[in-house]
Amino acid sequence: MTAGAPGGAAIGADELARVFTCEIGRCTATLIRILGDIDLAQDAVAEAFAVAAERWPVTGMPANPGAWITTTARNRAFDRLRRESTRTNRYVAAYRLADTEMTDDPRSDADAGRDPEARELDQLADVIADDQLRLMFLCCHPALSPDAQVALTLRLLGGLDTTQIAHAFVVPEPTIAQRIVRAKRKLRDNHASYRIPPAAELPDRLGVVLAAISLIFTEGHTATSGPRLSRVDLSTEAIRLGRVLVELMPDEPEAVGLLALMLLTDARRDARTAPDGSMVRLSEQDRTAWNREQIVEGHDLVRACLRRNRPGPFQIQAAIAAVHADAITAEQTDWHQIVVLYDQLTALQPSAVVGLNRAVAVGEQLGPDAGLQALATIDVDDLATYQPYHAVHADLLARAGRRSDAVAAYDRAIALTSNPSERAFLVARRPEQLA
Amino acid sequence: MAQYLMSVWHDEVYEDNDFDDPETQRLFAQVDAYNKAIETAGVWVFGGGLQPNTTATVLRAADGQVSMTDGPYAESKEQMGGFWVIDAPDLDAALDWAAKASAACEGPVELRPFQTG
Repeated sequence: MTAGAPGGAAIGADELARVFTCEIGRCTATLIRILGDIDLAQDAVAEAFAVAAERWPVTGMPANPGAWITTTARNRAFDRLRRESTRTNRYVAAYRLADTEMTDDPRSDADAGRDPEARELDQLADVIADDQLRLMFLCCHPALSPDAQVALTLRLLGGLDTTQIAHAFVVPEPTIAQRIVRAKRKLRDNHASYRIPPAAELPDRLGVVLAAISLIFTEGHTATSGPRLSRVDLSTEAIRLGRVLVELMPDEPEAVGLLALMLLTDARRDARTAPDGSMVRLSEQDRTAWNREQIVEGHDLVRACLRRNRPGPFQIQAAIAAVHADAITAEQTDWHQIVVLYDQLTALQPSAVVGLNRAVAVGEQLGPDAGLQALATIDVDDLATYQPYHAVHADLLARAGRRSDAVAAYDRAIALTSNPSERAFLVARRPEQLA
Repeated sequence: MAQYLMSVWHDEVYEDNDFDDPETQRLFAQVDAYNKAIETAGVWVFGGGLQPNTTATVLRAADGQVSMTDGPYAESKEQMGGFWVIDAPDLDAALDWAAKASAACEGPVELRPFQTG
């Protein structure tokens, strides 16, 4: 980060936006701990950013913009609480959210056993890092629905406003606004604590956080509706959140696995859509358009987490993405390795969707008849309305020479598609079967 | 500390409990053990099982008149079979007790916070 000295060069809107993106989650997280109330914290941080937008172009950026925003937000909030005595009641009532941590040493759980001198030195940094983790666990509280978790995470940790979130999910703005208001209210009225879950609860709770980040990524990667196949903002935001999580919990291999999976999948973004906006299948993608830098980083992360020998679903999916990334041409794909990885994934987390992907890999390794056999082992009831199942089924049937069955399967897949570019892809393939 | 209502829900219509049924006895023993645990932990405020909702009466006071209707307020198959009021340090602690309550009753438990001040 370029930290301009006071009185340094004037900074532009881009620089301000960049600071906003990388600091807002941290600042909000700390203010929630200090104030014990999400709304007060949001207002205070927004006010501090408004002050910064006014001052920094004149004074230059302070050496530590995050600390500046946090301090300014805290001071403004305290001033306001003193001024508006009517809000004191609300402040006291809302205090509950934070008091577990405010009365205890906030770092006592997180870094017991550390060198006490080092603790002294990075005390401030640690508290702020812990705050961001607390906020992740609060936003992704299992008592909230996944939709609410995602909206709250993007609002509080990503600093996206309701208009941006609504646009990203192609949902009316009032729906998103209400979702966020309800989620915040539920957490407050239920006396949710602002803390990092204890070790016993951590695996489950971390799983919820990972699922929410993954959901944000998937939504960005393949829009369920809307004109374009991928919406860059959500994928990028999910990767940013994944990085923050890995930075805060470097010893959690599944967090590393998720980041690797997102990087490796996102690396193919530019190759996924043709100039006309339609979807390009993995086998037909221009692999020179893949983002090599992200692939290298993803590979390093996959190796690092697999070395820990605590495999999990995200790590295995990342390993599968890494095998695809290794193949210079589609023909060189090591399908045997991919089938082995899908078998491992099935053992850890059996699901119809995993079975479907395994059938695709088997179809590539051993041919369409073997693929159809693998597909037949899946419980179709679970996938009756799942478009990719019918698309895969159609493709395998076509390759096996069963034309009329293939056409019927394509029709089912097309009927289930709401994404225009996926529809275009399927429609373009279907007529081949009629010829 | 905050107070929460934990209500136990039955998906099926239940009438009278057959106390001689070994299955009922097993379930009651489970709930008894849970009650002891929750009291020992100092979390228990109040609680108990309810008679079937066919025993309920709905009263409506309006304009100085009270009307009574036989039967439960909500005409749904699901009915509340009993409840606890607990005093827990926070949501996570309350959720933990509610999860144990659901395991003891072998049925769904709804957790809901009381209004404060």
